[in-house]
Amino acid sequence: MQSAALIARRKIGNGIFVAFCWLTAAIALASLAAILFSLVKEGAGGMTWHIFTMDTPASGSEGGLRNAIVGSIMMCVMAMFIAVIVGVLAGTWLAEYAGDSAYGKIVRFVNDVLLSAPSILIGLAISYLLVTHVFHHFSGVAGSVALAVLAAPVVIRTTEDVLKLQPPALREAGVALGSPLASTIRRILWRSAKTGILTGALLAFARISGETAPLLFTALNNQNFSWDMTKPMANLPSVIFQGGLSAFDDLRKLAWAGAMIIAFAVLAINIIARTLARENRQS
Amino acid sequence: MTLTIDRSETAPQAGADKAKPRGGALDPFFEALCFACATLMLATLCWVLVSLLIGGWPAFHKFGVKFLFITSWNPVTEVYGAAGPVVGTLITSFMALVISLPIAFGVAVFLVEFCPAVLRRPIGTAVELLAGIPSIVYGMWGLFVLAPWFALHVQIPLLTMAKPGSLLEKLTSGIPNGANILTASIILAIMILPFTAAVLRDLMLTVPPQVRESAYGLGSSNMEVITKVSLPYIKRSAIGAVMLGLGRALGETMAVTFIIGNSHAFPKNLFDSGSTIASTIANEFSEATTEMHTSALILLGLVLFLITFAVLAMARALLGRPKVV
Repeated sequence: MQSAALIARRKIGNGIFVAFCWLTAAIALASLAAILFSLVKEGAGGMTWHIFTMDTPASGSEGGLRNAIVGSIMMCVMAMFIAVIVGVLAGTWLAEYAGDSAYGKIVRFVNDVLLSAPSILIGLAISYLLVTHVFHHFSGVAGSVALAVLAAPVVIRTTEDVLKLQPPALREAGVALGSPLASTIRRILWRSAKTGILTGALLAFARISGETAPLLFTALNNQNFSWDMTKPMANLPSVIFQGGLSAFDDLRKLAWAGAMIIAFAVLAINIIARTLARENRQS
Repeated sequence: MTLTIDRSETAPQAGADKAKPRGGALDPFFEALCFACATLMLATLCWVLVSLLIGGWPAFHKFGVKFLFITSWNPVTEVYGAAGPVVGTLITSFMALVISLPIAFGVAVFLVEFCPAVLRRPIGTAVELLAGIPSIVYGMWGLFVLAPWFALHVQIPLLTMAKPGSLLEKLTSGIPNGANILTASIILAIMILPFTAAVLRDLMLTVPPQVRESAYGLGSSNMEVITKVSLPYIKRSAIGAVMLGLGRALGETMAVTFIIGNSHAFPKNLFDSGSTIASTIANEFSEATTEMHTSALILLGLVLFLITFAVLAMARALLGRPKVV
């Protein structure tokens, strides 16, 4: 009798547990679906050709996001340029030269801290360096450097991981051919790790393209179209931030459209990176 | 008889031992370049710390350690205290963790144990992709969808229910506009949910199938296998994963700035508007005009740096190196 009761109790407990897991999964997916749904619903309304052909307006007049989109792309591309060069070289040092040295361990730890440090603090520090002391005004360059500091740790980490996965035989083959270590790394290891490094760079790109906080005090914003990176530069996240908090319906609509563009761009980059990573793993 | 070996055949030719591979001269330069880039990262972190220290010094000099306990933040009288933002940061992050952890745990268990095999990949990927959506998008959603809904369906009914002078009235007083600490915590919870769920799932997949199968073989139910076998197996790393989620919540800026109401007063209850360290900096830094205001904001940043650094260092010690992809 007692064991039957025990079994019944365990069955009921387990039933509740299983139901809980299904329920939480449903809650999580529902809330995330709700976000994507409002994004498409509110964003699609604002999606017109003006978005890509006109600059950010004052409230009441017609306008688009051209200057912000171009500004964002320029700053992200420049940031990635810096981050990939520094990141791949630093990752190479960690994987090929550092070994188990104490300094290598310190750099790895520092990189992990930077990887998850609050982006707003990176923005503060770069702003203090470039805006307060070097240029004395907000600029697109300062924004790019702040974004580069956020992207580089991701590139370093993936480069190191991918290089460590390359078989030692590749290095031995290079040495056996009489090639110096630097050439072995550049000509053989980087080539064979190409896809992995590219994946890391894409993930970093996805990470910085939606970053807002560090741009608020480095690039600031710009109502006009500009190619000049030494001046304040328009960028999508700042326009979304200002538009979203403004009291005007048309600016809010613009902000939704911008949010939708950013969200789907980031999703697309992430999907490409993942597909690349999967193909790499299979081959 | 002595054995003599004629070495002349195998002896290296003159100068051959000095032969170096072509391009070998580049080797040290390349290594130095890589080393310099690695050092640049160390320099960056040091610079973050140094700039926060230098920038925050005037405020620290004026207010001292009391900075942490002063509850007013007043640019007019130039009295700045971190108590409101610090408490706001800790409360929102902690509540976000309390809300999201059970759900993240449920999602992770669901994906590993109960999810139909066909759906496992798509749902798993969806969860991972959502972890990458920029936080400003969550902020927009919080401000325009969650906050009005929350005000209409939670705050106002509670307010009308509360008798004057009752505890409920004290807890729910405040402007019912949905921009408060509780909704900020909910948004944070939704934001860190995909991240925590994805890490927990990866950890659960590291439990060897033999261990789980032997538990099932002994007649354990699903719940017993997970709570008594899987969880103890990943306990340490799981705590690390949770800390990593906490680290994200602490430093999160945009999602919170949209919805917390941005009041610097010490929050009286969960339905009160408040501020976090990050939201205060985001709102005021580019508009601060006096040196003391800027300095106080940077000092706030230093406090945030120290809090997150402690949490991240602990997470890393427990989890080992977190994975990127």
